[in-house]
Amino acid sequence: MSNGYDIIVIGGGHAGIEAAHAGAMMGCDVALITMDRFALGRMSCNPAIGGTAKGHLVREVDALGGIMAGTADHTGIQFRMLNRSKGPAVWSPRCQSDRKLYSEEAYRIISNSPNIEIVEESVVEILAAGGKVVGVSTASGKFINSSAVILSSGTFLNGKMHTGLVSTTGGRYGEKPSLGITESLSRLGFLSARLKTGTPPRLKKTTINWEILEEQAGDDSPQPFSYRTDKSVFPFLPQVSCFITHTDDSVHRVLEKGFDNSPMFTGLIKGVGPRYCPSIEDKIVRFSEKRQHQLFLEPEGLNSDQIYLNGFSTSLPANIQFEALRKIKGLENVEMVRPGYAVEYDYFPPHQVDLTLETKKIAGLYFAGQVNGTSGYEEAAAQGLVAGINAAAKIIGKRELVIRRNEAYIGVLIDDLVGKSTDEPYRMFTSRAEYRLLLRQDNADRRLLKYGYEYGLIDKAIYNELKEREIIISKAVNFCNDTKINANFINAHLNSRSLSEIDSTETISKLCKRPELGLSEVLKFVNTTEENRLFARALMENDLVLEQVEIELKYEGYLKRQDDMIKKLEKYESTSIPLTLNYQSIKALSAEGREKLNKIKPRSIGQSLRISGVTHSDIAVLLVYLKN
Amino acid sequence: MIHLEDTITAMATPNGVGAISIIRISGNKAIDVADSIFKGKMHITDANTHTVHYGKVVDAQNNFIDDVLLTIFKAPNSYTGEDVIEVSCHGNPLIGQKIIDLLLEKDVRIAEPGEFTMRAFLNNRIDLAQAEAVIDIITSRSDASLRGARNQLDGLLSNSVSILRNSLLDTLSFLELELDFSEEDVEFVAKDELLKKITLIIKKIDELLNSYRFGRVIRDGVNVAIIGKPNVGKSSLLNYLLKESRAIVSSTPGTTRDVIREEISIDGVLFKLFDTAGIRLSEDIIEKEGVRRSNEAIVNSDLVLFVNDVEQGYSEDLYDELRQLTKEDRIITVMNKIDLSSKSDLGDGIKISAKTGEGIDNLIDQMKQSTLGSANYSEKSAIVSNIRHFQCLCSARNSLSDAIVSVNQKYSGEFIAVDLRNAADFLGEIIGEVTSEDVLNNIFSKFCVGK
Repeated sequence: MSNGYDIIVIGGGHAGIEAAHAGAMMGCDVALITMDRFALGRMSCNPAIGGTAKGHLVREVDALGGIMAGTADHTGIQFRMLNRSKGPAVWSPRCQSDRKLYSEEAYRIISNSPNIEIVEESVVEILAAGGKVVGVSTASGKFINSSAVILSSGTFLNGKMHTGLVSTTGGRYGEKPSLGITESLSRLGFLSARLKTGTPPRLKKTTINWEILEEQAGDDSPQPFSYRTDKSVFPFLPQVSCFITHTDDSVHRVLEKGFDNSPMFTGLIKGVGPRYCPSIEDKIVRFSEKRQHQLFLEPEGLNSDQIYLNGFSTSLPANIQFEALRKIKGLENVEMVRPGYAVEYDYFPPHQVDLTLETKKIAGLYFAGQVNGTSGYEEAAAQGLVAGINAAAKIIGKRELVIRRNEAYIGVLIDDLVGKSTDEPYRMFTSRAEYRLLLRQDNADRRLLKYGYEYGLIDKAIYNELKEREIIISKAVNFCNDTKINANFINAHLNSRSLSEIDSTETISKLCKRPELGLSEVLKFVNTTEENRLFARALMENDLVLEQVEIELKYEGYLKRQDDMIKKLEKYESTSIPLTLNYQSIKALSAEGREKLNKIKPRSIGQSLRISGVTHSDIAVLLVYLKN
Repeated sequence: MIHLEDTITAMATPNGVGAISIIRISGNKAIDVADSIFKGKMHITDANTHTVHYGKVVDAQNNFIDDVLLTIFKAPNSYTGEDVIEVSCHGNPLIGQKIIDLLLEKDVRIAEPGEFTMRAFLNNRIDLAQAEAVIDIITSRSDASLRGARNQLDGLLSNSVSILRNSLLDTLSFLELELDFSEEDVEFVAKDELLKKITLIIKKIDELLNSYRFGRVIRDGVNVAIIGKPNVGKSSLLNYLLKESRAIVSSTPGTTRDVIREEISIDGVLFKLFDTAGIRLSEDIIEKEGVRRSNEAIVNSDLVLFVNDVEQGYSEDLYDELRQLTKEDRIITVMNKIDLSSKSDLGDGIKISAKTGEGIDNLIDQMKQSTLGSANYSEKSAIVSNIRHFQCLCSARNSLSDAIVSVNQKYSGEFIAVDLRNAADFLGEIIGEVTSEDVLNNIFSKFCVGK
């Protein structure tokens, strides 16, 4: 086919570049269509990657062979592991990125990929025939054919930006909107709705009084996101700090003056915004008892003269924003480089996609990222990767990739989107994962590397290294369960730490379960045989293994309970339901259950269980019907 | 949630009809669980499929419950296709109930209506043509629960469970806030505060659990055994109580020759009176069967009216035997025939004359007091009467106890959250609400989070 590709990816944001990269790695010819080739991987909002739960997603994307983690590692200017004072399951890596370098690195990776062609165009229509996608047409009048189309156009679909009562069309500051795609999809029977998100003003770095602000530095020994990043040369860039300030009453009073001209409060904005990322005006109204709000001053890059004011997202008139900024401690003489704004855009309520992210209506058409109602670079990247893998898998005849909730946050993300849909921008939180204790950032490779390898995104050598590590881990766990420490050796140490002594002997595992004792601390006292001493020493030097073994031993009871729950539900998760099941014909279903099942068309009984309105007896009825 | 991996049990024969009742247990723990309450010649864990075993059912304290025949059907050759045990016991509903209660203490749950048949169907044990019938059974269950929801008793319970669940979700929100929004400028919950909140919820759950005895009384009535040596006036007492009660519910001869069962309603509480007339305890007995039935009535009664004749005096030996069979607080000592005695010291116990009716009011008060306890239940109290609800509340309570242990061991919030979430899910099962969004919604509405 001339002028044709295996896969067309519309949009080169965090979803689009993962999708294109994955498809290309799997051997497909990919066209990445973007309005601006230098906007690839552009960070539209805050210059940061990761954070609670999002950091988990980045690690998972990396284990599957995605590019976000490596890109963040190469362009990060501050790395922190959040929640370090808590248990390992909620540790989350986060970094501040150099916005410009991040985008350049993304462009370097994509443009170096031999199977990707970057096409600078604006898509105006997605074309389908006979229930299958056939390609797209562009603003310049071209038709481009393909077997698959991945729509990852972020906030650009009929994008509209608001600052005060002034609104301009566009998907991002200074960039044009994408027109026509929503309408073409509506004609194909898709449902669309509006969402809204916001961004804060950018400040001029040299006009801030840094001396009086509280500093927040990065970790002393920063850890990279990617398993594949060479730790010996990490971090790659000089590391910088963020700073903290607060709003106060005087700031709030200024902002209130702008409420009459707020596009939010006057009803100009119709889209639904995220509750977890409210604008500053929203915070003042909804939590009026709160006298101050915390703000973070985040550097935009090593050589950038701009500062991102995290926590001050707003769409109030620019003059009000400016006046309020100058009331904030440290910003008395600040210059505003550009005001904050809200952006409204079209999305497609995500119950319209399947767990593979292929749309249920049109074969070969995939949605990823904000078009599915999510927010966040990490959520977008995760979906782009899954959509890219599945689009390519279908073309090259591999099995589809559906990641379960008990395997990854990515599984939770997609299962939530498809099963619950969403009417506000969806963000990942650790509390969304019922198997949170198992889905840790430290074991993303153990959970997902096998899939990355299966689809050709991860090298065999890396996969083999993991397999060897798994053998050592299970040996080490057995070693700790079987090997006893003698009271003569360890009691003096326990005493010195004011911990209770042991009687005669105790296994390593049991000692390690004490909250105060670390595994390597206990291993020092292995003294039964020379062989055991050597094994213990080797284990103490193997950080990757040591960490996994320690977690497994320390939290054994809890981890087992989560494992048991997974086993209990396995039967439901593995009982699949054909997409073609005619729920209308099953009279025994409750009316609400029937309607919800028909809307969502779950793929498994497990998925049905999570749909609100589907009762237990509906599930029983389904089980009986599926048996027939 | 219907967990098909659970081991389930239920009466397989209609309640109270017939000389023999059958209790069915199905699931992969069926054999182990049955073995744990059964004393026979061998452990049934070692027995072959399709074999029948004679033995005794005993409770955790090794108290005798009944002589039973136990039949083993190993998977897949059983009704449900899973391991199945059928326990054939004597056809007394009290015994059946007692055995099921023992099983429920062992990680077994009550089967949902139609669940045995559904499992049979899913395991290819019954034929496709029966599918419709299965669906009928399943859907009739939802009809029944719909009707149940209109019931005032259930409405009150749902309401208080819902309040408890909400306060649990509030507590959970505090924990989650600290995990997902640790960078935010919000106040986190202190350990003491957390313990206080959890303890308060446990206390409320305990109140509901305590109401279960009362709830069962309302639903099933109170079983009262009238026990005493010959000629102390047991029958006269029974007759007087029948006359005294405003409504005689029924007067049917017992299913056995010797035990008479009458039902009376006093102030809305149904008392089922078992008169063991004609049979005696131990030394006096000749007939072994008599002892068995008498013991059975005592073991399974909620109340025992221990009747003495003031003239013959208090029968200490009989009391000692009673104490072997039931708890002290279930025994009401009655001194009868005070009209015939000129003694000045009539001994301890409630003094009555079954002939003149003197003291009967006191006895009735005591019966009510012993049954309903001192708790003051009114029409507006939330009361647990359904065994499934009771089980869910017990499980929720256990999870909360786990949470307290975790808090005290200084575990981080995500571990405690597992326990609290489990507890919330168990409470949710009672009112049919399970959703993870609740916690986040709660956080967003209560706390100013988000950069």
